[in-house]
Amino acid sequence: MKKTFLHIGLLLLLTGAVKAQDDVYPAKEYKGKLFITNGTIHIGNGQVVENGTIEVENGKIVRVGQNIPVPAGDVKVFSAQGKQVYPGLILPITDLGLKEIANGVRGSNDYRELGDLNPSVRAIAAYNADTRIAGTLRANGILLAGVTPQGGTISGSSSVVQLDAWNYEDAAYKTDNGIHIEMPSFINRPSRFAIMMGAGREQGDATKQALDKVESIKVFFRQAKAYLAESAHKEVNIKFEALKPLFEKKQKLFVHGDQVKQMLAAIDFAKEFGFSVVVVGGSESWQIAPLLQQNEVAVILNDQHALPSTEDDDVDQPYKTPAVLQKAGVLFALNDAHDESRYRNLPFNAGTAATYGLTKEQALQAITLNTARILGVEDKTGSLEAGKDANIIISEGDILDMKTSLVTKAFIQGRDVSLQNKQTQLYERYKYKYGL
Amino acid sequence: MLAVGCALTLHLSAQETFPVNGVADKREGCYAFTHATIVKDGQTTLQDATLVIRKGKIVSAAANAAIPRDAVVIDCKGKYIYPSFIDIYSDYGVGSPQRERTGFDFRAPAQLTSNQKGAYGWNQAIRTDVDAGKVFSVDNAKAKSLREAGFGTVLSHQKDGIARGTGLVATLAEDKDNLVILKDKASAHYSFNKGVSSQSYPSSMMGSIALLRQTYLDAQWYKNHPAAEGVNLSLQYWNEQQGLLQIFEANGKWNAVRADRLGDEFGVQYIIKASGDEYQRLKEMKATNATFILPVNFPQAMDVEDPNDARFVSLEDMKHWEMAPAAAGLFEKENVPFCLTSADVKDSKQFLTNLRKAIEYGLSENKAFEALTKTPATLLGIYDKVGSLDAGKLANFIITSGPVFKENTTLYQNWVQGNEYDVKNEGWAGVSGSYTLTVTATGSTPKTYNLVVKGDNAANIINTDTIAARFNYDGKLIKLSFSETKKSRASIRLSGVNNGTIWQGNGVDTAGNAVLWTASFVKAGEEKADSSKRKQPIRLGKVTYPFNGYGWEQLPQQQTLLIKNATVWTNEKDGKLEGADVLVKNGKIAQVGKGLSDAGAVVIDGTGKHLTAGIIDEHSHIAAASINEGAQSVTSEVRIADNLNPDDINIYRQLSGGVTSSHILHGSANTVGGQTQLIKLRWGVNDEELKFKGADPFIKFALGENVKRTTSQNNNRFPDTRMGVEQVLVDAFQRATDYRNALKADGKNARRDLELDALVEIMNSKRFITCHSYVQSEITSTIRVAEKFGFTLNTFTHILEGYKVADKMKAHGANASTFSDWWAYKMEVQDAIAYNAAIMTKVGLNVCINSDDAEMARRLNQEAAKTIKYGGVTEEEALKMVTLNPAKALHVSDKVGSIKAGKDADLVLWSDHPLSIYAKAEKTIVDGTVYFDREKDAQTRVQIAAERNRLINKMLGEKKGGASMAPARPSFNVILSCGDHDHHDGLITIDTGDDE
Repeated sequence: MKKTFLHIGLLLLLTGAVKAQDDVYPAKEYKGKLFITNGTIHIGNGQVVENGTIEVENGKIVRVGQNIPVPAGDVKVFSAQGKQVYPGLILPITDLGLKEIANGVRGSNDYRELGDLNPSVRAIAAYNADTRIAGTLRANGILLAGVTPQGGTISGSSSVVQLDAWNYEDAAYKTDNGIHIEMPSFINRPSRFAIMMGAGREQGDATKQALDKVESIKVFFRQAKAYLAESAHKEVNIKFEALKPLFEKKQKLFVHGDQVKQMLAAIDFAKEFGFSVVVVGGSESWQIAPLLQQNEVAVILNDQHALPSTEDDDVDQPYKTPAVLQKAGVLFALNDAHDESRYRNLPFNAGTAATYGLTKEQALQAITLNTARILGVEDKTGSLEAGKDANIIISEGDILDMKTSLVTKAFIQGRDVSLQNKQTQLYERYKYKYGL
Repeated sequence: MLAVGCALTLHLSAQETFPVNGVADKREGCYAFTHATIVKDGQTTLQDATLVIRKGKIVSAAANAAIPRDAVVIDCKGKYIYPSFIDIYSDYGVGSPQRERTGFDFRAPAQLTSNQKGAYGWNQAIRTDVDAGKVFSVDNAKAKSLREAGFGTVLSHQKDGIARGTGLVATLAEDKDNLVILKDKASAHYSFNKGVSSQSYPSSMMGSIALLRQTYLDAQWYKNHPAAEGVNLSLQYWNEQQGLLQIFEANGKWNAVRADRLGDEFGVQYIIKASGDEYQRLKEMKATNATFILPVNFPQAMDVEDPNDARFVSLEDMKHWEMAPAAAGLFEKENVPFCLTSADVKDSKQFLTNLRKAIEYGLSENKAFEALTKTPATLLGIYDKVGSLDAGKLANFIITSGPVFKENTTLYQNWVQGNEYDVKNEGWAGVSGSYTLTVTATGSTPKTYNLVVKGDNAANIINTDTIAARFNYDGKLIKLSFSETKKSRASIRLSGVNNGTIWQGNGVDTAGNAVLWTASFVKAGEEKADSSKRKQPIRLGKVTYPFNGYGWEQLPQQQTLLIKNATVWTNEKDGKLEGADVLVKNGKIAQVGKGLSDAGAVVIDGTGKHLTAGIIDEHSHIAAASINEGAQSVTSEVRIADNLNPDDINIYRQLSGGVTSSHILHGSANTVGGQTQLIKLRWGVNDEELKFKGADPFIKFALGENVKRTTSQNNNRFPDTRMGVEQVLVDAFQRATDYRNALKADGKNARRDLELDALVEIMNSKRFITCHSYVQSEITSTIRVAEKFGFTLNTFTHILEGYKVADKMKAHGANASTFSDWWAYKMEVQDAIAYNAAIMTKVGLNVCINSDDAEMARRLNQEAAKTIKYGGVTEEEALKMVTLNPAKALHVSDKVGSIKAGKDADLVLWSDHPLSIYAKAEKTIVDGTVYFDREKDAQTRVQIAAERNRLINKMLGEKKGGASMAPARPSFNVILSCGDHDHHDGLITIDTGDDE
């Protein structure tokens, strides 16, 4: 029996033959035992195990702790000596796999459907598991993502996927985990032309229009609820049928909005229908954090690296909003919706939150365990605890700080996934050209 | 008693050319206004005096003026007579066409030349052909509303376009057009707003300025009738108008500075039309030496009851609401000359009310009067005709119940050119007082009542009860009805006439019997006090620089600073010094070393902290009024420097991230963009002081998707492909080469072309290019064009495929300025890689990391740190990518970019390792002045909250007081961007990239 001992070199990912992205294969299932040893293990729930070991069997975590013996025999062992070990990071709300090139290439876009009420539209049906973006996320430790549709008032359902798969059925981690609605704006935004002309006197009463819209969504849900109370229908309404899991509490309602009034409307929504509500966006959530906590509304902060909402706001308000939510006991997660760096800076969004009031472990939790809870996958992932999938990353240093963050190993369901991607390959190609 | 009726227009000097249909009716129109208080001019007030007018002119105004026998005598006892006001900024009788929206639409088809028919110039916004005299026509309704505000004379022009043609002076008499014009071609008008012009150019503030600048030059050149131009009426008229009074509608403090600076270039002193916020920069306003035209429209209080609505109203807007009425008073105090206008007041009825408010807020009555009479009349050269009540001037005057600027004074009549126009005759006769009313039914005993008249529309019957009567006096006829007891429903209804002291008439009593009645005067009523409630003393906030929450009351000063015991990242041979000191004196780094001391220095403890050179952002779009002039593919004539905006809050925000210099670039809407401006982030200074002095001039070029307008469905502007982009460059530099040769051959007669001047500067190595570029083909072909025309592309910016052609860029001698990790946001960046900076560095290029984003600029140190992760760049080299390397690329590395004795003291003290995400800038220093201090920032936040609270409560106080409120309006913040990609702005930010 041979004991495989893999030493993780600093730039392991860059060694070996140059391959095109199309030669980067999803890792094969690994049956058997796997140990990650002697690392600083960040559990994801706030705890840290120094010099710890993780024992994995058939893709699941069996044990985490110190003094876990590594048996002789046919086991894989990865030394994490001097390194940091984390749960795989989770990108909660994204158009990954639905939008390959953001602008000017309409053919690559599958994230925004026509129509206003589309509860039956499913993001998973269009998810492209071969997206070139996924590889760059894995390389930064992001192993799972909540793929989410946009557009209309009820946008459809999201699904959680893992980022090392042949196809979407392979990728599906939790299908149709939530229904997404866009809360109408309570502020009229004039065009910049109007502003520059000094006009800016917007037409109509935004609040009234928004409330009318909210009421129309409620009417839709009331009718759906009534429809679902009767099981036999001569004419099946697919839209209403799509809301069944939501009424059965198998899904959450994700309400997209940033303004306080949008969030108040979301709370009201939860009250009427008894839904479990998650606010997505929430840039103004710091103003009503205790209210969100009392009403058990979770928040996904979409845009950590944003400018403050107003000229008078503290210049670092978006940076310190997570700390306000943490203090108030709100269940919250951080997202990365940055369309130009394409979501790979999720750990640094958490890093900024740690600079502005969170502890590093709290910040980590906001991109791992909290996210898993909000997306409804905490039974399978989000922390390095026994019974969960072995979604694990190993970094050279503190993953939240770009100065030290360098992922050298990633496991999804215990599979040792490739950290190569289109960018590392082009890097190799041009190092070759210049003889670097 | 004067019989007051509708205005009766007399053709006082009917022109001979007009035939009379009927019997001639010539009248002298001689009047004597007696026993009045006559305010002749600002200096002279006559008591119990007489004003005599004839044939529309003043004969005399004196205490003992002789009353001509043929004069109609009007007793003005207790009344005031003033010369009527002059509005120097009107479009009365000419009107101004309105446009729904303006600006450059990235997606709309371009209109590249003028649509105007005729032998006019190339640009539709130059309307020197508009002659107010040719379109003027008396407008009775508008004249009436202006007269009601006290005006008798206006300067009128068509408010449309960038050059707006001429204005004329007219009175507000309702007479033949021929007779009311006092002076044709009295003024020439300009603005920055192209108005209804449908032509694409200009689409920006700097484009408007460039167009005016070029037109000044073209008009000069046209004087010699160049054959190639043919007849250009626009330029001909332009030249003809240069001798007139030059009036510029700037609207806004920085626009005023921009307009004045433009005028200075061509020896023109504009009169500047203001918008009302100019008091926020009085020093700069005074420095223009201009006379201002101040509007008196003040923002309404907003309904900030709902805290979620109040949140989006900025302190800046609330401060302006509070201070705007003080503007004219502040101008007076600072001795900046000004006229007043009703131009921006929506309802001219509001004019006097607002003016009185301005007086309450510190404007002297005398100055207000002068600003409406003598000052505009003198400017317009018509003080011999209007502006005072001297003999020989036009009979343009107003009659009021008291001093015109007092709150309860009524403006009764406004006489223009000897014609009477009633404004409000209620109260003229002064009917208030007690009367004995006697009502007699036929064959009955007369009944008497005590009638107390309280005004023209209010009276009580006082017997045992006080009963409110329905009363109306219209200046002649009387209507009165009342019940005899409070409970009674039946009324006595009377109708009659005022014959002086006796009123009489007929009516019906409660039983329906016919009655006759008289009322005889007993005693006068009491004057109404000026204001019912006692005035609160006016308390105003302070003007801050900039005028917002983060502005300074006093600008911070340069200090001698000694930073002790810090980890100093020198960016020099010494590398990183542990436990080192840096001494700053006179804005420069004086010494770097250990154990330094200076008795006069403010000591900053750097223990455990890191000191670096200030961050330099090679690619930024903050602090400008416009960024893209995309209406043409070549716009090298436009200059960011023409339209800097020192109030941009992002200056302060970026100081908090350690940025000290920013290169403000034109956007990427076109191939040859505009001239750029390097600034230092001196928060609080004015636009000139923001500039980085002594830096080489640069210009922005752009290639690829943006300039070929990929997102447009209907592009008609050349180029549409990268093949065309190359040709735009070849063509531009070929034209510039030919131009350079033409200048050499015939310098005097050649047309000065500002667009080509900039390109010639490039070829002469006097101006340098920062070129927005992405893919290897366009990088290479642009290098080849440059080589063909003998210049070097100084910097490729964005340059996300730079790693593919780094060797070619190096051979050419270009710098690179890129993003750390952006990709896949459009087709041309699908091959972008995060290792780009590392590869280019290793190939030997000078590499910068830039922001191109107001948010990311606050974290450029972190972006630089990513090059360690992506490609293994060393820490010191990474830091240089946002400090020394951009300094080199911008040719200012002799001044900034490293910590070395003799260089500018642009420094950042970090709480932690400067490449760590955990580092915060604690102090950001520019030229030895601390412009950002985290401790001071904490105090500022407290002050902002307190000041917001004070102003919100003040507004709510107005609401409780019954004032009409505007809805709370979010203070939208316009952010300019290149239109290249999305930005992460705040909730109420309007990003121009959204449109472009």
